[in-house]
Amino acid sequence: MTSSDDGPGRLLEPSLLRDTLHSALRTGGEFAEVFVEDRRSMSALFDDGRVEELTGGRSRGVGIRVVFGETTGFAHTADLSPEGLRSAAEAASAAASEGGSGLTVALDPVQEVHPGVVAVLPADVAKARKVALLEEADRVARGEGDAIRQVTVRYADSRRRIQVANSDGLLTGDDQVRTSFSVSCVAVGDGGMQTGRESVGHTVGFELFDRVDVADLARRAARRAITKLDAVPAPSGEMPVVVGPGGGGVLFHEACGHGLEADLVAKSASVFAGRRGEVVAAPFVTLVDDGTMAGEWGCYAIDDEGRPAGRNVLIEDGILTDYMWDRLRARREGCDSSGNGRRQSYRHLPMVRMTNTFLLGGEADPDDIVADTERGVYVAQLGGGQVNTATGDFVFGMSEAYLIENGRITAPIREGNLIGNGPDVLQDIDAIAGDFAMGSPGTCGKDGQGVPVGDGTPTLRVTRLTVGGTAA
Amino acid sequence: MAELIDIADRVIGWASADEQVEVLVVHERETEVRAYEQQVESLTVAESQGVGIRVVRDGRQGFAHAGTLDLDVLAETLVEARDNVAFATTDEWCAVAEPDGVPPAELDLHRAALTDHPTGAKVAAALELERLVGEADPRIVGVESSEYVDSIAESAVVTTTGIRSTSRETGCYLSASVLAGGDGETQTGFGFSIGRQPGDLDAEQAAADAVERATRLLGAVKPDSARLTVVLDPWVSAQFLGIVGSTLNGESVLKGRSLFADRLGEEVAAPSLTLVDDPTDVAAFTATAADGEGLATRRNVLLEDGRLLCFVHNSYTGRRSGGASTGSAVRSYASTPGVGVQALALVPGSRTQAELVADVEDGLLVQGVSGLHSGVNPVSGDFSTGAEGLRIRRGALAEPVREFTIASTIQKMLQDVSEVGGDLEWLPMRAAGVSLVIGDVTVSGA
Repeated sequence: MTSSDDGPGRLLEPSLLRDTLHSALRTGGEFAEVFVEDRRSMSALFDDGRVEELTGGRSRGVGIRVVFGETTGFAHTADLSPEGLRSAAEAASAAASEGGSGLTVALDPVQEVHPGVVAVLPADVAKARKVALLEEADRVARGEGDAIRQVTVRYADSRRRIQVANSDGLLTGDDQVRTSFSVSCVAVGDGGMQTGRESVGHTVGFELFDRVDVADLARRAARRAITKLDAVPAPSGEMPVVVGPGGGGVLFHEACGHGLEADLVAKSASVFAGRRGEVVAAPFVTLVDDGTMAGEWGCYAIDDEGRPAGRNVLIEDGILTDYMWDRLRARREGCDSSGNGRRQSYRHLPMVRMTNTFLLGGEADPDDIVADTERGVYVAQLGGGQVNTATGDFVFGMSEAYLIENGRITAPIREGNLIGNGPDVLQDIDAIAGDFAMGSPGTCGKDGQGVPVGDGTPTLRVTRLTVGGTAA
Repeated sequence: MAELIDIADRVIGWASADEQVEVLVVHERETEVRAYEQQVESLTVAESQGVGIRVVRDGRQGFAHAGTLDLDVLAETLVEARDNVAFATTDEWCAVAEPDGVPPAELDLHRAALTDHPTGAKVAAALELERLVGEADPRIVGVESSEYVDSIAESAVVTTTGIRSTSRETGCYLSASVLAGGDGETQTGFGFSIGRQPGDLDAEQAAADAVERATRLLGAVKPDSARLTVVLDPWVSAQFLGIVGSTLNGESVLKGRSLFADRLGEEVAAPSLTLVDDPTDVAAFTATAADGEGLATRRNVLLEDGRLLCFVHNSYTGRRSGGASTGSAVRSYASTPGVGVQALALVPGSRTQAELVADVEDGLLVQGVSGLHSGVNPVSGDFSTGAEGLRIRRGALAEPVREFTIASTIQKMLQDVSEVGGDLEWLPMRAAGVSLVIGDVTVSGA
């Protein structure tokens, strides 16, 4: 592989990329693309009182896509020799049977500016420094009390350099560095075991730890587990749910984010299909997907089709303004990609994915929202979620939640899922505070592909959600 | 390309005398065809490979992996794994697995009929499935996806301690996800058929299942909250068993993360439950003769008549808990050997799902669940999941229901199983499904 460190756009030589595109177009494809990826990763795991292992990873390869009519041919290879690339290009083009002379491509290099600046490349930091962070987090978490019986701490960094060349003449690249840290604790009490987890992740280098105190993270994870030892069974049935700042992004990710992905919309597999311009939410709801938010977990300079990341307003003042688009779906509809074409790796086809999805802040006072709730649930931290975009039914977990009784936050409740219907929930939001915060880093799964995503919300209330506990 | 075992042997040849080295090498060829509106939406032909190298020296391990088998990368990966050793904490139990004398089962998991299957036939299969689904019922308004997928996978594990294990297998499936509609309402359903060669696949069954699952939910309402007896469909019970399996994992037990840690020999489940993890059962799609450390897999009885008999172990957790590996190391090339069940199944009862339903006075048949990853905590045992299905009234299936949750705890659900059905079905996961009747589950709806 012709690899060099003089910029993200220089993984493979332009002449080799051009030749590969020509091979891919030989059978009559209308569009061809070469996606090159070189990913290096490092992780360190501290578990059960010891540094269990350090892991280094390397993955590099090329995915080649050829489009003709409604059909996409795709092949990938880890063999980056000219022969390996030609062979993959021919495999990708095999689905085309038209024959023909093929198009001629002239590549025109562009360099998009990455939204963030990496101050310290994690690969340049001694492994011992990373290990020291793990030990500190373990020590602090265990120091929170004898109830803490087990602590797992994980550090991970990755550097993903990509290059995209296509038959429209595009030649571009990106250099994506991500660093993350998580602490998980098990606490044991009379009523059994409980868990508490905290994580942080940003599209930045090791300077992450200039602003994130791992001791503070460890303390919060341990306290979460200890607090839950006193948890009462969660209630069951419909009631108001107040979601705390930073904790609620996954609600929108599931309730409507996936349903606004153009590939699902095009197949009528979304309850939001055909509803652009309509009122779909309460008037103070404005939802944004923004891949340009510097440093956030879901940010990048270009998506995995070479399109610059965008700030896309999906719902503005309650009105559905637009869907999220990748190249394929946008081309069919005659519009532009919104920079949401992403893939897990060179081994995967790109599709429409979210980046950093968040609800803009409102004007309510967060304390008033709670005080104004007679009986309900306050969710301080949500877990993951899942949605059926065709019906809009979605669930999300509460990993830290409390009862609200007579306008006050009272007892912690045990874990469980909440269930709702996306279009209903958007209409049932009746209060949004001004205390916006981004949440924890997430990995969004779709069709078996995981990509890093961020989310955020201020404190908000949904008048009616079904809480899936066991108490009456 | 060179034989995988030769590549692994070569890396082992680079080991120094004072270290243990374990190499896992994998190679996979995959074809995926997606049909949409009777055209090929995408055709993917993919070849992947990978290597994971673990080095152990003086009770410390380091690991590195790479997604290519190029010689320079193999050497670089070994260097990286070696470098990582120095940062681990010394652990007297840490070591690469050693041969344990258990002969691997002779399983034939590879079919030439798949390796020779032409791409054109794969395309035709995906198109045919879509056509079958679309024509099956006027209430089907769309086919979200219809696909044919196959893979040919090979792997080899070689260690400096004398393990030399290879395996190869083929697998394929057809799956469809459909939309049923009417009166402004949409419901979804899926169906699949899985096998080791294309001739095993039953497109009509996959289509019929998808259509039935979607259409029988039309008109679904949100049920009232109640405590009910639920009947879990095999698709759902297999997912539930997968979670139960994670609590019987030797690593969770050793690290204080299993709610069954101190309960060996005790009655932890209803007497109707005998739970077996047997990767040597060729009926399981996850059958394998060798585990992730290259040791022979074997039949492990975890629960017998409700009594907890054993946990599953890899060589590390087996050694540390005073025993031995149960042949249950699970991993990908990008990770060190973990521990897990590989082909988990309940010993089935004798009655059909219809007979089980007929005995339920007031209950719910759960056809699908969502959010298991967010609503179930295998450490605390809390269980809460979104669900859809059909109400059961006076022994008969009644109105479809959706947008509700079912909740209990893992501990309680195991005790509350009143009957295991006879309809055992291997599914594309590490567990088989069977209809399961569980009492006293909280249904949260309106």
